[in-house]
Amino acid sequence: MFFGTSFFFWLIAALGTLVLPWHMQQDGLTLAGLFALGRGEAEAASALSQATQFGRFWFWPVIAGLLLALPGALPTGERARRARFLVWGGGLGLAALVLQGLAVGIQGWNWPVLARLFGELEDRQFGIGLGGALAFAGFLILLTDGLALRGYLKGDRFVSGAVGLLVASIVVFTAWPVGTVLSEMFTPRADLTLGAAMAERLFDSKIWGLGCVTGRVNCGVFWNTLLLAVSTATAATTLGLCFALIVTRSGFRAKKLLRLLTVLPIITPPFVIGLGLILIFGRSGVFNQIAESLFGLELGRWIYGFNGVMLAQVFSFTPIAFLVLIGVVEGVSPAMEEASQTLRASQMRTFRAVTLPLMLPGLANAWLVVFVESLADFGNPIVLGGSFGVLSTEIFFAVVGAQQDFGRAAVLAAVMLVVALTAFIIQRSVVGKRSYVSMTGKGDVGLPTKLPPPVRRVAFAIAIPWAILTVIVYVMALAGAFVRVWGRDWTPTFSHFERAFALEWSPAGALIFSGGAWHSLFTTIQLAAIAAPITAGLGLLASWVLTRQRFAGRTALEFALMLTFAVPGTVIGVAYILTYNLPPLEITGTAVILVACFVFRNLPVGVRSGVAAMSQLDKSLDEAAVTLRASTFRTLRTVVLPLLKPAIVTALVYSFVRAMTTVSAVIFLVSAEYEMATVFIINRVINGDYGLAIAYCAVLIVLMMAAIGLINLLVGRRNLGRRAAAIPTPAPVGGRA
Amino acid sequence: MSIPIKTTGAEVRLTGLGKRYGQVQAVKPLDLVIEGGTLVTLLGPSGCGKTTLLRMIAGLEQATEGRIFIGGRDVTLLSAGERNVSMVFQSYALFPHMSVLENVAYGLISSGEKKRDAHAKAEAVLETVGLKGFGGRLPSEMSGGQQQRVAVARALVLEPDVLLFDEPLSNLDTRLRRTMREEIRALQQRLGLTVVYVTHDQAEALAVSDKIVVMRNAGIAQAGAPEVLYASPDSVFVATFMGEANHVRGVIESVSGEHCVLALDGARLTLPGRGLPPGPVDAVIRPEAIRIAAPDAPNGLEATVARATYMGSHTEYYFSTAVGELFAQGADRLRRRQPGEKVRLLLDEEGVVVVRP
Repeated sequence: MFFGTSFFFWLIAALGTLVLPWHMQQDGLTLAGLFALGRGEAEAASALSQATQFGRFWFWPVIAGLLLALPGALPTGERARRARFLVWGGGLGLAALVLQGLAVGIQGWNWPVLARLFGELEDRQFGIGLGGALAFAGFLILLTDGLALRGYLKGDRFVSGAVGLLVASIVVFTAWPVGTVLSEMFTPRADLTLGAAMAERLFDSKIWGLGCVTGRVNCGVFWNTLLLAVSTATAATTLGLCFALIVTRSGFRAKKLLRLLTVLPIITPPFVIGLGLILIFGRSGVFNQIAESLFGLELGRWIYGFNGVMLAQVFSFTPIAFLVLIGVVEGVSPAMEEASQTLRASQMRTFRAVTLPLMLPGLANAWLVVFVESLADFGNPIVLGGSFGVLSTEIFFAVVGAQQDFGRAAVLAAVMLVVALTAFIIQRSVVGKRSYVSMTGKGDVGLPTKLPPPVRRVAFAIAIPWAILTVIVYVMALAGAFVRVWGRDWTPTFSHFERAFALEWSPAGALIFSGGAWHSLFTTIQLAAIAAPITAGLGLLASWVLTRQRFAGRTALEFALMLTFAVPGTVIGVAYILTYNLPPLEITGTAVILVACFVFRNLPVGVRSGVAAMSQLDKSLDEAAVTLRASTFRTLRTVVLPLLKPAIVTALVYSFVRAMTTVSAVIFLVSAEYEMATVFIINRVINGDYGLAIAYCAVLIVLMMAAIGLINLLVGRRNLGRRAAAIPTPAPVGGRA
Repeated sequence: MSIPIKTTGAEVRLTGLGKRYGQVQAVKPLDLVIEGGTLVTLLGPSGCGKTTLLRMIAGLEQATEGRIFIGGRDVTLLSAGERNVSMVFQSYALFPHMSVLENVAYGLISSGEKKRDAHAKAEAVLETVGLKGFGGRLPSEMSGGQQQRVAVARALVLEPDVLLFDEPLSNLDTRLRRTMREEIRALQQRLGLTVVYVTHDQAEALAVSDKIVVMRNAGIAQAGAPEVLYASPDSVFVATFMGEANHVRGVIESVSGEHCVLALDGARLTLPGRGLPPGPVDAVIRPEAIRIAAPDAPNGLEATVARATYMGSHTEYYFSTAVGELFAQGADRLRRRQPGEKVRLLLDEEGVVVVRP
């Protein structure tokens, strides 16, 4: 078969290097552009003609790599010899491609060393386009083919290629941007020396100031963020525990309803809660109006600032803590508690001395999950923060505000990154030690012990009012969509929906989507739909490689993948614009950057559901297929994939839904052409146009519920059945918002 | 019954083959020849490296040193699919989403055969293993023994040079295990297959093998025909692993030619000397070599009954003697000995072996 051979990939690399325009074209990818190849214009030419006709000598090493790889790519000859040509040729091509891209930028040499060596360069180049991308992919596969021929990864080309693809994509779309953010801290500013610039950034009182302790000055954003995250995490964990105890350990009738709560944060755009709170407690909110008319109390703006943000976050993240803690509480083996009771411990003592200590690591895990969520949260602080700044909003204002201070944004992002990574590492070690919580693998018999009455009373007293409040907030938030002007004009209306989603007929009889929101809605659905299969595919591939293959650096790869999850969205957003604003990969403002952002932010979800499902699959099934002469690819296609259907669907749904509700990263990446629904909503909120914002949110929620329902219907409960229990709902560990 | 399978029954030759994971030596470099058309068992306790060795032959693990030759061809660097071997897995690894026929035809289709030919051939092989007409079922609709047969058929249909079995019977109940192992042996002999068979059950190994390779601590402890391993084990480990055995210390009093005289307390036994010099030595006594005699029987070992357990067909005894505790089976149903009773034990020289200490 020709497709998929080494020679096929050599041809791809050759196509990218010798034929297609190397750089990104102004008007995107057009047929006209492809046919205008090399017509006198350097920017539209292939690497070959740029090197031969325009004196761009830095392409020669790339071409050399291509030629060097050819003897290896041909399917004849001795194995070892082919391997040598492939490894050296592919490696040289790849290295030359990356280096020339980094070395030559829009203002000539990027590195002063090169200017000294070769003299000033009069030329310049733009970002890599179709040709460069194909060449990159081609060289990468030639290199991994060569390594496989040398016997790496059991000599399996497919696995070797998959590992190469994963490593390359993580390096390009995660490690490089995050590294750029960190290195931005060390970039000197024009008016200051490097040391002074760093010092000013690192020891900025706006970040680290403790003025609020001593005087009436605001504290630094670092302390704000930390205080907020700690308070939110503590409150949400407490509430989550109450809910979890009620659902699993009491005869409460409406358990199913409570469980529904856990679905809410997944399908809720991140600022619905904030809007709901404003509509209740804001200056023209229901609560304030009642208080004023009944008691003449002027409650003012208390909701804006720390109080409001924390309240909103607790509303938003309690379900997440709940979700994590259900598993924890159910994980406590009833046998332990029964043993305790037969040893003459009272119910209360059993709870205190056995149940709670067993749950402690799980509680710590839930706390850290919420901590990271709060840290990364952007939607609630931007809506309710007012003058109370946290890291995520400060980063946003540093970039979009009048300051345009990328250095400052980078420093803030770096601080946030360090905090998030610390929490992530602590969390991993906490979860790692959880093994003693009934991991016997055998089903423990015995009924879960009922809660001791005092604990039960406390749990109900806390949880039930909170559940009611949550419902009220959601109802209010949605009611806002149907009222003309909240607080002033209570006339019921559909005008907000009309403004957003109006449809008209043109005189010619064609349908016109004249509402303001259509464009962003279509873009969002389209990009989310593009990103979802890529995420699921890459995620499953990664989980398959991680669970089924042994190779040097496997743990590192797994850690890097999971780390992606810990990087807050705001940091990713800043990192992406810093990295992809300039050649060699100039994708800011295109759809590519948004899709890449979705894919790599959600990849860990795909990996997790994949790993969970894969560990349910007997490894000898794959091995059987392999000994039955199936290629690795055929094994994946005919054995692994059909058996993983539920996991694939889970990954698809989650990546689709999360792509639709995310805001923190994409707010930096949208452009006029590619506007996202969430960003559109945020802009309406900032303009005070709550009605339209809420109407849009409502539509999103309904859309996503429909999507989830549809998929559940298609796959059928039957398939999900028993196995679904084994695939943990991917509880987000890091910046969802 | 037609036998559609044609195999060469190739020879497997391992030279200096070893595997290490980082610091751990999973299989120490070893040499082994498995002759064409024979059934060779890899026997050993869990963790001895027998499965790793099998998986290296299959191509599922890569050797870190040494070479593997199958039918004279060096396959060390080839992937599993490129070697002409098939494997029957412990869990059978039948694809649960495919019918029995699809399972059996899977390998043929992978090798590029047309679907129709593959199905026809699969039907024929199913018939060979006695599953005619079961092709349309799902594996989950079949019994354990039937699933086992499907797994064998799926491996056989590819006409492999070598057929590998990884503890194939461990998921079956005792009765079925006996039938299945006989079926496998019969099939192997009928088709002249080369089979490498991993098990930890010595009875199973004794029953099916032309040759047994006993493995211990990642290396070969002893290899040979079943009778040889049982009758003259090279070490206490092999002796105790191959069936029940009492391990005692004795003294070789004298050596003359091929034979030696072993002193065990008051008893003197003339045994094959096995090249051992006079002096203290390990001896292995099979329980069936111990006969219980009256307290005054000549050349016997003085013993006291420590425990006696009634087992129906026989009685199990533990005797305390001057050389240590001995386990034996008394077939005499009428005359059960009571704990504390003094007896003499007569040792059948066929069932006693001296072993290098």
